[in-house]
Amino acid sequence: MTTIHFAGKAYVCEPRQTLLDCLQTQGAMVPSGCRSGICQSCLMRAQEGAVPSLAQQGLSPHRAAQGYLLACCCIPEGEMTVTLPDTQGLTCAATVLQRVPLNGDICALRLHPDSPLDYRAGQYLRLYHQADTSRCYSLASVPTVDDYLEFHIRRIPGGRVSGWVHDDLQPGDRVMIGEAVGDCVYDEQLCERTLLLVGTGSGLAPLYGIVRDALSQQHTGPIWLYHGSFVAQGLYLQPELRALAARFPNFHYVPCVDRESVESQAWSARVMTALDAVMADHRSFSGYRVYLCGHPDMVNAARLKIFVGGASMSDILADPFLPSGPS
Amino acid sequence: MSLYEQLGGDAAVNAAVDIFYRKVLQDARINRFFTGVDMAKQAAKQKAFLTMAFGGPNNYTGQDMRRGHAHLVAQGLNDSHFDAVVENLAATLKELGVSDALIAQVAAVAETTRNDVLGK
Repeated sequence: MTTIHFAGKAYVCEPRQTLLDCLQTQGAMVPSGCRSGICQSCLMRAQEGAVPSLAQQGLSPHRAAQGYLLACCCIPEGEMTVTLPDTQGLTCAATVLQRVPLNGDICALRLHPDSPLDYRAGQYLRLYHQADTSRCYSLASVPTVDDYLEFHIRRIPGGRVSGWVHDDLQPGDRVMIGEAVGDCVYDEQLCERTLLLVGTGSGLAPLYGIVRDALSQQHTGPIWLYHGSFVAQGLYLQPELRALAARFPNFHYVPCVDRESVESQAWSARVMTALDAVMADHRSFSGYRVYLCGHPDMVNAARLKIFVGGASMSDILADPFLPSGPS
Repeated sequence: MSLYEQLGGDAAVNAAVDIFYRKVLQDARINRFFTGVDMAKQAAKQKAFLTMAFGGPNNYTGQDMRRGHAHLVAQGLNDSHFDAVVENLAATLKELGVSDALIAQVAAVAETTRNDVLGK
């Protein structure tokens, strides 16, 4: 018999009882489905205590390393503290270093955290304006390359957090951030595979991090980055990405615009959506590792086409930028 | 040896799930039932379904099947669509080199869910 701590309460767990049964039979609200370790509805995360390996079968190595587990397959071996994956974890204070405009409505925000943040390029975290007003932003920085945290923040009309970042934040200001989460990360085990990264708007941020992470770890397979924008002015980090493409022959940068202009011609951007350009350039996606970030419509359409085009579902990692909820 | 073991267990399900889901999404008879769904979550459900059809560990009940498909029945899900799914399942196994005898057993397991899926 052991004790499970969840949402501020202690639950008694009987021998051979699963974590899911323990919590649900005592009235805790934990989502569940197949109860067989397959549907992953009962995904939880251990904050303290040993996680039995059986409870992590089928999870990505990255998730397993972060303490995620399937409650239906978890027979606790000792006292544990667990949370649901959506609930917010710990926060940390950080200092604003710099705010750099990237284009008309996206700026880069650079922060220095008080204590080193444990993160992977491509993950995202919550930036707090006030305790009850926060938004999730993707990290564009790479822990082994950059000595700051960088985010690309698009000004949303009437947006409380993005407006505050664009109009009010100054170097030296203090802010609170949450812990880094997300599965859209580079996997160094796959260094020979083709990487395909497709982003729209500020969806470039995590992709910029993943590309630089892969290149810094000597990725040998081809890397294709497609960045889509309605007009050429929406493209950004072009000089940096072109410089990377010139330096690394296996890296291909493809800017795409919906509407042609003098600028789009000067920058030799493709005049089609990023997804159309992807479909025109690649015959099969079999064996590809795919990263999709940005507008949810693009992410969903790309996931369907690229999966039907031969990529394995488990190789398609996506980070749709969903509109914020009421908070 | 159980059907699940003969097919190759969890590894066989993993090999089949992408092929099966890709066939379903490309099948004009049934793919409208899958538009607008979260594909990553749907892939996990497809895996749960295949595990069940392969005779593997599962705790699905008839009630789960009814609840999970009621909104599709309201959109016109009927026997012809169920047949199409079973056909895609059989074609997937054929592609993976599974014997006709085992495919028939898998189809028979899938068949046991028909009335619940269709809310009959």
